[in-house]
Amino acid sequence: MLRILIIEDDAEASAYLAKGLKELGHLADQAGDGETGLEMALGSTYDVLIVDRMLPRRDGLSVIEELRKAGDQTPVLILSALGQVDDRVKGLKAGGDDYLPKPYAFTELQARIEALSRRPKAGGEVVTTYQVGDLVLDRLAHSCRRGDTDIPLQPREFRLLEYLMQHAGQVVTRTMLLENVWEYHFDPQTNVIDVHISRLRGKIDKDFDRPLLHTIRGAGYTIRDTAD
Amino acid sequence: MTRLTRILRTTAFKLSLLYIAIFTGLSGFLLIYISRNTTELMASQVVQTVDAEISGLSEEYVRGGVRAVVESIERRARRPDASIYLLVDFAGNSIVGNISRLPTVVLDEADGDVRRMKYGRVEAGGEVEREALVRIFELRGGFRLLVGRDLGEQLRFSAILSGALRFWLIAVVLMAGATWFFVSRRVMKRIDDIAATSQTIMHGDLSRRLPVAGNGDEFDRLATNLNDMLERIELLMQGMKDVTDNIAHDLKTPLTRMRTRVETVLREGRDQPDYREALEATIEDSDNLIRIFDALLRIARVEAMSPEAGMEPFDLKAVIDEMAELYAPVVEDEDGRLEVTVEEPARVFGNRDLIAQCVVNLVENVLKYGRPEEGGPVILIKAAPEAGRMVLTVSDTGPGISGPDRDRVTGRFVRLDESRTKPGYGLGLSLVRAIARLHGGTLRLQDAAPGLKVSIDLALADEKKTPNGKGVADHGSGNGS
Repeated sequence: MLRILIIEDDAEASAYLAKGLKELGHLADQAGDGETGLEMALGSTYDVLIVDRMLPRRDGLSVIEELRKAGDQTPVLILSALGQVDDRVKGLKAGGDDYLPKPYAFTELQARIEALSRRPKAGGEVVTTYQVGDLVLDRLAHSCRRGDTDIPLQPREFRLLEYLMQHAGQVVTRTMLLENVWEYHFDPQTNVIDVHISRLRGKIDKDFDRPLLHTIRGAGYTIRDTAD
Repeated sequence: MTRLTRILRTTAFKLSLLYIAIFTGLSGFLLIYISRNTTELMASQVVQTVDAEISGLSEEYVRGGVRAVVESIERRARRPDASIYLLVDFAGNSIVGNISRLPTVVLDEADGDVRRMKYGRVEAGGEVEREALVRIFELRGGFRLLVGRDLGEQLRFSAILSGALRFWLIAVVLMAGATWFFVSRRVMKRIDDIAATSQTIMHGDLSRRLPVAGNGDEFDRLATNLNDMLERIELLMQGMKDVTDNIAHDLKTPLTRMRTRVETVLREGRDQPDYREALEATIEDSDNLIRIFDALLRIARVEAMSPEAGMEPFDLKAVIDEMAELYAPVVEDEDGRLEVTVEEPARVFGNRDLIAQCVVNLVENVLKYGRPEEGGPVILIKAAPEAGRMVLTVSDTGPGISGPDRDRVTGRFVRLDESRTKPGYGLGLSLVRAIARLHGGTLRLQDAAPGLKVSIDLALADEKKTPNGKGVADHGSGNGS
């Protein structure tokens, strides 16, 4: 369960978002303008903030800047009315952690919020090994094993698996993979990411008794050990 | 009359008038200067001649008295082109000379000064009145001697000169007048032509173009620019029309399908899995719709972006390599071939994400539409500098696109596959074109015989500087693996 604050002036969109998040078992508060949002964010502790760019009284970027000035490091997901290509940079510079252009699929938002809430805190210990079931990824040795079998991975496959395992148990969308593994921000259109996943799957799942990498229909992928 | 007043109001007319005034003034000044100087020069020559005659006659007088002077005058007066002479006694009676008549009062002022006077002279046709410059001296014994030169020649020259001056001035004014009339009429005609055509265009005939004379003058440049603008407006209008037409098809079809599906399951659905399946399919359809809108919005945003936004120098080779790597498994799965040829250094100035999107759209187009009849898709990505720009080309060996369709295919929602059975929304090339324009380049579709060759051109990195570090994304190196 996450405590989430939605700062969004469109009441209908905000209510829809809050309802969706509550149905997933999260707590969602709503603020209708920038000033109220900033007060609420500073007044209590949230796990994730969802901030719209265009807000009355104080715009979204300024809310984030004020928060960061006050030492508040709560992860922020920025929503922008139009997927403006150069908005992303401004949003991330202002202190946002992720950026989602409207219109978005709810699954995409959900995946990103969950990824943000699990983001390793700055100054925390560096994780060098990820493990899901009997699959082990060693970031220092750059090696991957499943059970007793060494799995050779191409550098990009390694980063793909690393990102998936970093968010083990969470849904990761295709766009998130493109952004974080390939570091490009655009619309991949066809199944290009799926092909990479299926190659990875061929290496880590194919010859083993149970699959770890699962497709979540209409959303993306997740890596988890179903036996857990 | 209105035409004349319009001509009078033109800049060409005002300028012509100014030039006429300046030119006339200068010519007049020059001619007056010349004629005055010439007259002065001739007068001084006359005076010198007269002085020489006088000093000669004075010597005669000193040597031989009045008799010698009389003889000398008689001799001299008979010469052709003679000076004029008159010797009178103290009573004013003429002794010798070639003057028949002169104002008597003149002889009273025997002070030796040069003066101008009229006199009578006997010529073949009788007595004529002439003008002359004379000096009059008083000799001892009351004799007075007048020596002078006829001014006829000089006066004729002056007359010719002033005649020429008048003729010149009239000619200048007439010529200049004719010139400005011709020029302003021509200017007016061009402007009237442009105005008339603009009127037609404003009334809705966007296919009309302004006349271009082809001589490269300022009107041609203006007309060419306006024509380019019209071209773009027409393109946009056509684009709007295409969008409207195609939206009807591409957006209405999935909406209708969704509605039918929901309706059917409401009517016939028996259990929860039925409903669930219908709802999932509905989500998929609406996701598709959202994707179409996203793509449209993205094109609109790129078209509205300021050229500097998010632009930075970057290595085009790295982007192409990464995209090639991204698509390598897809191409491999389809037994295709993807080749990259990049001439290094390939640093360009632009928006890295958008250029990557271009490469992706073009590669996906080949995968979707550019397969050869036999075998897997062949994708050739090339980047090489050409005429100061970096040209990025993606070509295939597929069926290609016929000439007339090549212009059409970059429009929104345009799909050459009329049945619209192949995947895609017909927005890929529209986005590529918008991105190419944003980068100050053009999208070109050419015949690769066989296949299609699509290229865009980008600015080389050295041409432009990073816009004071603002808006430059920190993308990291991507580790280039």
